[in-house]
Amino acid sequence: MTERLTAAIVGPGNIGTDLMFKLLRRSEILQPRYMIGVDPASDGLRRARSVGLEASHEGVDWLLAQDERPDIVFECTSAKAHAANAPRYAEAGILAVDLTPAAVGPYVCPPVNLDFNLDAVNVNMITCGGQATTPMVRAVADVVPVPYAEIVASISSKSAGPGTRANIDEFTETTSQALEVVGGADRGKAIIILNPVEPPLMMRNSVFCAIPPEAGEPGDLQDKILESVHAMVERVREYVPGYHLRAEVQFDHARDLWQGMARVFVPIEVKGRGDYLPDYAGNLDIITAAAARVGDIMAAHRLGIRSSWKSSSDLGELTGAPAPASAPVDETAGV
Amino acid sequence: MADLSMRPEDVPVVTEPVTESDVLANTPAAGDERDLRITDSTLRDGSHAMSHQFTEAQVRGVVHALDAAGVQVIEVSHGDGLGGSSFNYGFSRVDEMQLIRAAVEETTQARIAVLMLPGLGTVHHLRQAHAAGASVARIATHCTEADTSIQHFGAARALGMETVGFLMLSHRASPQTLAEQARIMVDAGAQCVYVVDSAGALVLETAQERIRAVIAEIGHEAQVGFHGHQNLSMGVANSVLAFQAGARQIDGALCALGAGAGNSPTEVLAATFERMGIRTGIDLGEVLSAAEDVVRPFIPRLPWMDRASITQGYAGVYSSFLLHAERAADRYGVPAHAILQRVGEYGYVGGQEDMIIDIALQLQSELSMGDLAAVGVR
Repeated sequence: MTERLTAAIVGPGNIGTDLMFKLLRRSEILQPRYMIGVDPASDGLRRARSVGLEASHEGVDWLLAQDERPDIVFECTSAKAHAANAPRYAEAGILAVDLTPAAVGPYVCPPVNLDFNLDAVNVNMITCGGQATTPMVRAVADVVPVPYAEIVASISSKSAGPGTRANIDEFTETTSQALEVVGGADRGKAIIILNPVEPPLMMRNSVFCAIPPEAGEPGDLQDKILESVHAMVERVREYVPGYHLRAEVQFDHARDLWQGMARVFVPIEVKGRGDYLPDYAGNLDIITAAAARVGDIMAAHRLGIRSSWKSSSDLGELTGAPAPASAPVDETAGV
Repeated sequence: MADLSMRPEDVPVVTEPVTESDVLANTPAAGDERDLRITDSTLRDGSHAMSHQFTEAQVRGVVHALDAAGVQVIEVSHGDGLGGSSFNYGFSRVDEMQLIRAAVEETTQARIAVLMLPGLGTVHHLRQAHAAGASVARIATHCTEADTSIQHFGAARALGMETVGFLMLSHRASPQTLAEQARIMVDAGAQCVYVVDSAGALVLETAQERIRAVIAEIGHEAQVGFHGHQNLSMGVANSVLAFQAGARQIDGALCALGAGAGNSPTEVLAATFERMGIRTGIDLGEVLSAAEDVVRPFIPRLPWMDRASITQGYAGVYSSFLLHAERAADRYGVPAHAILQRVGEYGYVGGQEDMIIDIALQLQSELSMGDLAAVGVR
């Protein structure tokens, strides 16, 4: 039998519960053992028990008081909570994968920088919007300089839990920074929109990059940008099969208002797997799938073995996934 | 694109401490000679109609005229609020902090307000605006998402700013839901909550019943306001009904300069309320002159109820989508009103201007399939 590390999920909300299902499906060496919350009535704690985890509503104090502490913890609470918990995990020798925008550890976005320092004891998964958009900024910045990148992440109100709502400034600031540090833009700007419409909207991400004027005209540079973007979309789909271009990439000519720069616009839609919330909540998948992958890699590094992580292809999940730029009109954004 | 160079949280901010009592000392007490307070948003909502190209000279001229006319609160920000300068909403010609500082310098009695949308602007923007001299913070969320504003009300109150909550696209929520959302804002520190008819979609009773519900919930603790648009020509009438239901803060803009078919014109509000014997504290002659002599000459296109903006009111579309839809219509060769109609059908909310490109591309592909009726070409 494969050697395994035990995992705890702290925060049994939308993200924590979805992550639990991702870990169970995609990793052989991470064994989810604990689910930690603060509300005895939490649906996430109930679900965790139903799949065999030990669940407690007595918080991180309870977790750290256990005789058998986890090897790795996935933080799915809030930026403030993680800022407080991070030193305690480190002191206890527990690795931390942080799914809040606390940004205590370095940013990791799997298709862009899996070469992060594997000896780090704390890594940050940016935000759902950051996981969805930094790969696209990186894809453009790999071809031409990107002095400015801007993203708009629209998610359904139902998929935004209290942590997201209380942390909305941290979301925009952490995502902006990741567009620079991971995406490669000189300056990043992030915007998040919550939309309550019924039936809920699928997660949408618009990525705008300022690019040199010559890249705004048809030609070799544009072709290279398109190629780079399409290749990156395929890399993301290896762990988030519902990730796709909603329409073809749009180029706009240089304008004075844009300080003489041209613009490329990449419209992304993320259809969730429906592990916890229905498929509109692709914002859960994109960050939990990334966290599961990073956790598996960190665990494999500690064990001195190969990562057991399973790609979408391994799982046969890419079959029947929506093809780029050809989603039928009546499927638009779930309305 | 002035604010491309630096992230707001990195800008050094010098904040002079202002206490709540300083603010109260500068706020006319109840029982003064006004029955309601008109806040002028020419330099914020009007930013949409100007494609965010206000110059410092225009801002100084408008503030000077409004201040002289006795308007007590003047809002200055990018149309989409602090931090709105972007690809998605349009880049500001002049950095909004520079415009706010200029506005503050022109005032003798009026106070400068700023708008901020959580998810776009942050507490850092609010601190910068406060340091530039703004003293009223208006925090706006979609009408069902008030809990995203809690940290911002807390920060604004800690800075000693007067606080106003904005429940945008109020036609999308029932009166009862609006009241519950207003409660969240007041508990977070809002001193007034506005019913904001961002789409100009509320018609008389539907505006008034929302004001009544919000007053029933928060009226003993905070004021209630109304922000109207003219897409169905109801801005002023809805404002009068709002006042009669108990609203005590009303928004307007000179020459209606605002998104969509524009806002309730400040000068018409002043004239109408004066005719009704309701005291606004605004000098009618001065405010008429501000509209006619100061604002009218620099407006490239008067806001008007045309096919596209009426469609916005009818279909319940966020007013600032208008010029974006017109630009996408030009770029992709599809009708602007058809884009807006579909925005309404899909239920997009304020801030989702990026979806306009998406819809334009859909319509373009439908057009190329020959289905003209589907895109509203009749």
